Amino acid sequence: MAEIIGNNQKVELQPSEQGYNGPGFQLTSLDKIVGLARSKSLWPLPFATSCCGIEFMATMGANYDLARFGSERPSFSPRQADMLLVMGTIAKKMGPVLRQVYEQMAEPRWVIAVGACACSGGVFDTYSVLQGIDKIIPVDVYVPGCPPRPEQILDGVMKLQELVQNEQYSRRESPEYKALLASYGINVN
Amino acid sequence: MALDNATVQQKVAEKFGEAVKDFTEPYDMLTFEVDRDKAIELMQFLRDDDILRFNFLTTMCGIHFPDNEVERQFAVMYQMHNWLDNTRVRFKAFLNGENPEVESATRLFNSANWMEREAFDFYGIIFKGHPDLKRILNMDEMVSFPMRKEFPLEDQGRTDKDDRYFGRFPANSAEVGSVTPGGNR
Repeated sequence: MAEIIGNNQKVELQPSEQGYNGPGFQLTSLDKIVGLARSKSLWPLPFATSCCGIEFMATMGANYDLARFGSERPSFSPRQADMLLVMGTIAKKMGPVLRQVYEQMAEPRWVIAVGACACSGGVFDTYSVLQGIDKIIPVDVYVPGCPPRPEQILDGVMKLQELVQNEQYSRRESPEYKALLASYGINVN
Repeated sequence: MALDNATVQQKVAEKFGEAVKDFTEPYDMLTFEVDRDKAIELMQFLRDDDILRFNFLTTMCGIHFPDNEVERQFAVMYQMHNWLDNTRVRFKAFLNGENPEVESATRLFNSANWMEREAFDFYGIIFKGHPDLKRILNMDEMVSFPMRKEFPLEDQGRTDKDDRYFGRFPANSAEVGSVTPGGNR
């Protein structure tokens, strides 16, 4: 039971989403509390190369307000970012750059491919364009659309939050995860 | 007095004789063909002559004609502009299909540097005397010259696109059912 604050009779404290709680304490597992904290503070790293980037700008803006989901601070340094958003066509020549950006991000790190080009190459079925960024880095969430609306990008972020919340705390140390990175030829520190 | 096409044609023909031919004027722009050995000499003449004064290399590019005879399978096209009389000229030189080589224009115009690198990148045309002939737009690891018509436009590494859904069929096959799902071409 939440205690009522001040004179406003309508205010209720938000009950905890997970675990077991009572006045002044909460019991939950480390996995869940860490997942909760991580999922509500995903710092985005926008990697925008074309029109999907414009949609992302709208998503960051006041109308759609990505900040509501704990992504207030776009991080333009990969080292402080949790969530890489790749928006737009990635030419093969750009591939190594994107890969280096990914490699510079600290664990745990997640990737959202926004738009048809980042997901699959889109209409650019041509010799110069990477046919989906999952050819060079692992992707957690795909947002289709050409370009997707800001609502779709928000939906993608919320899907990622779900993933983050339910991720095992030890996943990044697991042999499966290391094997995944190794399959992309990415160095595991 | 503005420089007219007839004057340009007359001066060029006088100087180069047999090496220049096929003068036409599509959209009022003087266009002609030059022997590949004379292309850069011609460019220098157009630039340095006191009357012609084509002081600016507007653009240049490679062209591929795979159906021509071997001696004429590639071409380089140059466009020059006389800023003083506002007159333009275009000329092309045809190159050998097995050994596309032409002298570099970089000694006349620095702006030719990147344009020749682009023509090399996409067509594999060798510009003799270019200071740094390497790829400019495509990735360095690329082994093909993608604008040559024998190279397919589509990325050959794709695995998730079925040609049937893109309106493409493999050559010599009109049968939709004969396409292997997920097959490339």
